[in-house]
Amino acid sequence: MQFEEIKSLIEQNLPGSVMGEDETSTPKALMIGLDSIHKVCDFLHTHDTTYFDSLSCLTGLDNGEEKDSMEIIYSLYSIPFDLHLMLKVELPRKNPKIDSVSDIWKTADWLERETYDLLGIHFNNHPDLRRILLPSDWEGYPLRKDYVAQEKYHDVVVKWKSENE
Amino acid sequence: MSSKEQTIAGLKTGEGGVIVSKLDDLLNWARLSSLWPVGFGLACCAIEFMSTASSAYDLDRFGVIPRNSPRQADVMIVSGTVTFKMADRIKRLYEQMAEPRYVISMGSCSNCGGPYWEHGYHVVKGVDRVIPVDVYVPGCPPRPEALIGGFLKLQEKIRTESVLRPKALEKIMKKNAV
Repeated sequence: MQFEEIKSLIEQNLPGSVMGEDETSTPKALMIGLDSIHKVCDFLHTHDTTYFDSLSCLTGLDNGEEKDSMEIIYSLYSIPFDLHLMLKVELPRKNPKIDSVSDIWKTADWLERETYDLLGIHFNNHPDLRRILLPSDWEGYPLRKDYVAQEKYHDVVVKWKSENE
Repeated sequence: MSSKEQTIAGLKTGEGGVIVSKLDDLLNWARLSSLWPVGFGLACCAIEFMSTASSAYDLDRFGVIPRNSPRQADVMIVSGTVTFKMADRIKRLYEQMAEPRYVISMGSCSNCGGPYWEHGYHVVKGVDRVIPVDVYVPGCPPRPEALIGGFLKLQEKIRTESVLRPKALEKIMKKNAV
């Protein structure tokens, strides 16, 4: 099954969910609407001709203040059909929220926690949305473009040399 | 039997001979000859530490035997990148060690932040910001020889110490004498 076939399959069954495509990425990506990502994932996971049973990666991206958007990127793989597919969802930079897919793929649990930890994107219906890498009382989200590290953590200066020196 | 032969025979049987030494020297010799480290392997430096402990470099010959509990250890080897999340744990384990206790900071990361000094928001820029350090071993990572050198430096330091007359106690005694 080719990329175009997968695209038309989704468009037939879930009209209005595909917002566009990104041919520059490897593998080619489908841009999915923010509200329909869970439905599309569930469909691709269960449909007889796709059966994307493996979520290879889930990651986030901050496009910066100028573009004022964030992205979540899903890398899917179908083991029985040897299919690759990338899904991208665009989110607003302010108060970003998206539906969790951890009920479809168990591996999304920690991947979404990492994305939440470093980019501050909230995942609805996530079973355990806590920081995974940084300490729980860390301030801010380091992978955001406008991130500024805190001055001190538990009374230890964070910077090698403080600005005042 | 010549006198030399007698001496050697005495040493072998433990019958003859008396060794006179200062108690400080004896205690220091005992302490510096059995430095038991609690390993704090945090990154690639830990691999070099393991190599130092292996038969090729044989850290055992200095009486250095790695322990898994800070309560049984004399020295802590911080080998690797100290993140802020780990810094709290290092401090706690250091506090669990019985005095006199020592710290060897192994490698650039633990000395000063290493390659993370500028952009590593998550890295403590030197473990000496969390716990006191006795010996810094430079390198990225240091070779086993360098770590052994660090132990020899620490031995030099211990050799000059006195556990019988702690400095703090001396001060109190001076105060009371006046």
